[in-house]
Amino acid sequence: MHSDDHLTEFGMVVSHCDYKRILIIACGALAREILTLIELNNWKHMALTCLPAKYHLYPEKITSAVEDAVLKYSNDYDEIFIAYADCGTGGLLANKCKDLGVKMIAGPHCYSFFEGNNKFSNLSENEITAFYLTDFLVKQFDSFVWKPMGLDKHPELLDMYFGNYTKLVYQAQINDPKLDAKAIEISERMGLPLERRYTGYGDLETALFKI
Amino acid sequence: MSDEQDIILADLSDEELTLQMHDDLYDGMKEEIAESVNILLGRGWMPYDILTKALVEGMRIVGIDFRDGILFVPEVLLAANAMKGGMFILKPLLAETGAPRLGNMLIGTVKGDIHDIGKNLVTMMMEGAGFEVKDLGINNPVENYLQELENGEYDILGMSALLTTTMPYMKVVIDTMIEKGMRDDYVVMVGGAPLNEEFSKAIGADAYCRDAAVAVETAKEFMAKKHNQMVI
Repeated sequence: MHSDDHLTEFGMVVSHCDYKRILIIACGALAREILTLIELNNWKHMALTCLPAKYHLYPEKITSAVEDAVLKYSNDYDEIFIAYADCGTGGLLANKCKDLGVKMIAGPHCYSFFEGNNKFSNLSENEITAFYLTDFLVKQFDSFVWKPMGLDKHPELLDMYFGNYTKLVYQAQINDPKLDAKAIEISERMGLPLERRYTGYGDLETALFKI
Repeated sequence: MSDEQDIILADLSDEELTLQMHDDLYDGMKEEIAESVNILLGRGWMPYDILTKALVEGMRIVGIDFRDGILFVPEVLLAANAMKGGMFILKPLLAETGAPRLGNMLIGTVKGDIHDIGKNLVTMMMEGAGFEVKDLGINNPVENYLQELENGEYDILGMSALLTTTMPYMKVVIDTMIEKGMRDDYVVMVGGAPLNEEFSKAIGADAYCRDAAVAVETAKEFMAKKHNQMVI
């Protein structure tokens, strides 16, 4: 398994599977979770490849990168599934998936489908001032948030970025004391109170079951 | 653009100091900007000239390099912070010295969205360019916009959103303006990272502004057109 840094920068090559029937093309931020689900459920017909998780920061790159990957692998598998939600593409990814004849995860982003899209939709009405982190983002907080925002060099910008936020919500996919400790450290750095919510894999698991 | 040598700002000529201010803005040096503003005021410069020739021009350069991918958000924020240092000194003086006003703008981030970095940059640049700006802040339902538009004298409505989930709310505001028969009384400008020209047209806005510098230029163009129409 690649390191989280590798998943952020480069994504992941196609994983091994016994029967090349279904390929999941996913965001690198979901690699560990999807591989865990494949292993737990003994889905030997399912392979995974991931695009760089850093596309999360540049949503305009996602749609064309997904299209390229679908075209690259479409002859090798019976079915391709896209493990992305809208992810800031403003409907472009959904339209492209429709054109390509592939299915994707419902919802606006991973914070929503991990929580469960219906539940998140109800919660988010009252949570617009929440900043969300998943397991991956807790681990990659510095690469994904702190450094790209220049906060490692200019902590004085913190209020300009996060002045309107009132809490940090850590959506935990697994129970890991090390990640909990890191989330606490991040919340202290951001000056935001922490709310930890165990979500498990939420609608990601449901979506993969339905393939 | 940074220069490692110590520069005595007060020793520079007006022209050198103005160029140095462009560099200092680029490098986000707030204290140096404040010092330079005070030096130019001491030399008898009009506040409006300092604002336009030193600060706004400096931010224009920052805006170009941001657009071209040379500078990124952190650097732009540092530059904006430095400009704020200069504006803090100049703002009260601008009113006293009768600086020209180009028009009035109402601006706010739409309902459900708390992101305001872009909006704040636009506000600052518009003020620098000579617009009077009322900032409604974040998370604004349609009622906030309409109430303020009805109570004030505005030429331009600016709306901002960072999220694909909140940007459709701009259409709610525009549609409500149409229902109330007030849409054509204002120029509606929209902006935010996930927006584009196509979206702007689809929701019935007058202009999509990619960044703060474009917002200023667009607003100026609309005000010039409005002025010409009034003359005719």
